[in-house]
Amino acid sequence: MFTKAKMAGLAAGVSLLALGSAQAVEIEYWQYVFDSRVQAMDKLIENFEAANPDITVKHTTFPYADYQTRVVAAKVAGQGPDVVQLFYGWTDQFVNGGLIKPLDPAVFPHEEIEADFFPIVSAMKRGDDYYGLPTAVRSLALFYNKALFEEAGVEPPDTLDELLAAAEATTKRDGGGNITTAGITLDMAGQDHHWWREDLVRQFGGAPYDADGNVAYDDEAGAAALKFYTDLQTEHNVGLVGFMDEGQAAFRAGMAAMTIDGTFRLGAFANNPFEWGVVELPANADGLRSNYSSYFANAIGATAEGEELEAAQKFLAYISSPEAMEIWLETVGELPARRDVALTETNLADPILGPFLKGLEYAHTTQFYDEAAQRQTAIDMVNRVLLEGQSIEDSLAQAAQAEQAIIDAGRQ
Amino acid sequence: MASANATSPAGPSRFWDRLNISTKRVIWAWAFLALPILFYTGIRFYPTFQAFWLSLTNWDLLRPAQFIGFANYEKMFADPMFWKVFQNTFLYLIIGTPVSLVISFVIAYYLDRVRFMHGFIRALYFLPFLTTAAAMGWVWRWFYQPVPIGVINGFLASIGIAQQPFLRSVDQALISILIPAIWAGLGFQIIIFMAGLRAIPNTFYEAARIDGLGDGAILRKITIPLLKPTTVFLVVFSSIGFLRIFDQVYNMTTNDPGGPLNSTKPLVLMIYQTAFSSYQMGYAAAQTVVLFTILLIVSLLQLYVLREKK
Repeated sequence: MFTKAKMAGLAAGVSLLALGSAQAVEIEYWQYVFDSRVQAMDKLIENFEAANPDITVKHTTFPYADYQTRVVAAKVAGQGPDVVQLFYGWTDQFVNGGLIKPLDPAVFPHEEIEADFFPIVSAMKRGDDYYGLPTAVRSLALFYNKALFEEAGVEPPDTLDELLAAAEATTKRDGGGNITTAGITLDMAGQDHHWWREDLVRQFGGAPYDADGNVAYDDEAGAAALKFYTDLQTEHNVGLVGFMDEGQAAFRAGMAAMTIDGTFRLGAFANNPFEWGVVELPANADGLRSNYSSYFANAIGATAEGEELEAAQKFLAYISSPEAMEIWLETVGELPARRDVALTETNLADPILGPFLKGLEYAHTTQFYDEAAQRQTAIDMVNRVLLEGQSIEDSLAQAAQAEQAIIDAGRQ
Repeated sequence: MASANATSPAGPSRFWDRLNISTKRVIWAWAFLALPILFYTGIRFYPTFQAFWLSLTNWDLLRPAQFIGFANYEKMFADPMFWKVFQNTFLYLIIGTPVSLVISFVIAYYLDRVRFMHGFIRALYFLPFLTTAAAMGWVWRWFYQPVPIGVINGFLASIGIAQQPFLRSVDQALISILIPAIWAGLGFQIIIFMAGLRAIPNTFYEAARIDGLGDGAILRKITIPLLKPTTVFLVVFSSIGFLRIFDQVYNMTTNDPGGPLNSTKPLVLMIYQTAFSSYQMGYAAAQTVVLFTILLIVSLLQLYVLREKK
């Protein structure tokens, strides 16, 4: 009996070994859980496996909140993914931590990347190497509630002055002066810190960061931009930080006439019980526009070697291909990262996608070192003015100092 | 296989038979205790000591830990945010513990005399204790909203009082978070106090009444002194709870955790952010050591102050 079992085990082992050598290479792909993204990726994997029968892709997902921790923990345990999705703002952490490896220029030529993708792809470049490629990109736009606009008899704004006028016209207040419907949502914890940093600061004549990436907004322009933002609450009373808890919630409930948000919100807003529209972020008086664009890129894990590396490169090339971008746009609603796939006539004429795509052309991408911490400096900057009555200049200077400290720490 | 099993234990079984019954009992007891002891050593004590070592390193998950002496502690004590958080943590403790104990004692004291729907009322008080802190945090968070959706502000506005910022104020936010936290723990404390009240023999009260003592004197001379073991337990238990407060704060301020401007951030939330959003594990370990020390000192101090005088 004992020998029989031994024989059986041996046989099983031998057959498993044989199977292993004949079997195709398996690579692992990691991203965070978001329904439509998972569906889109499943479809891409299906197509990829059909075209490459010798490669199988294992699709692993984690909740967004744990995602970074899982990637880091897997690297510590020595079994990271072969292809991994990361927010462009995490690139430094991932590169410094040795989680991802540079893309081989022989497989992904730099000239082609720079010619085909939107220029914001440069945020994935460190030194002479690209560390990842996006499938889709995101930009910001102004969402407005058509019913509330019609009721107030105003048109969607094109400039900051018109934005203010529209906000004033659409704000509703009760007898005590409390806002019951906000003209515009104020939510620095949402997308407003991007609007302030990359758009308002520039529109008031400044720059958020200098050429070396150091904080440069601590000047008159920065102060004017911050004042414009906080005045929306203090001076004009057309919005209230914390109104309905979150900006997107207020807009979704039909309690805010305008909100600034990104492409990724399209899915959530699709079921809003009212008609809404999208316009480009308003220009300043001189017609200057700016926008903030961000993206999740796909990179190759540091542990991928040999035939797994080859398969990973093939897979990365496929999920960055025009075909993949179209599938992604259809399923997730995010904008294609390649110019020629994105800027088609149909897309530009689309009333929803059009404003986002136009925004991409003049968008900036902030070089983040610790996105959450840098966002916190913007949240605190506004809170100090609104809650503690600190002067605009002092609060701005304190925020600039705090953010510079994060940047300095990130560079070490 | 079966036949092999039958013959092999013959040796040990003879050894086992030679032992007397009390030795066997001890062996059995240790056999059962070994598992939790191993578990605690591996899962609790070892990581605790490991944390002391980590607090002296710059471990960031990615690179191997390097010994950096007391640099983490120096950084922490020089950080104004740490002192703000330290102050918040003690505010939670200093306000939370006495207030919750007084309220729960008063409720327990009077509930003990109520016969009508006693069980139902007790259940009502206990219910919040069974509720998930996260769910409760979110409901309260909406209570505190400005008009038009905030219930409390809606009420204030309807009687003509200016609406309050609550969670959006650096002065009111901590108290606003503490209220549901106290409310949530009340049920448990009431039940324990009532058990304590029931444990006081009735004969003491009868004797006191015969001697002509009033209700106030009975409360001061009999009830409160005899409740001391219960009170000690609850003080220590609830102090530790308030020093470790996290769920309520995190769920009521997720957009700006511990905000606005760190006015509600307790030590545990700071540790969480340092460890799992900045990945500064060494620095987080140093903060943990501080929390551990505070918990230890506070618990020992309370046990000493409220000790049984012989």
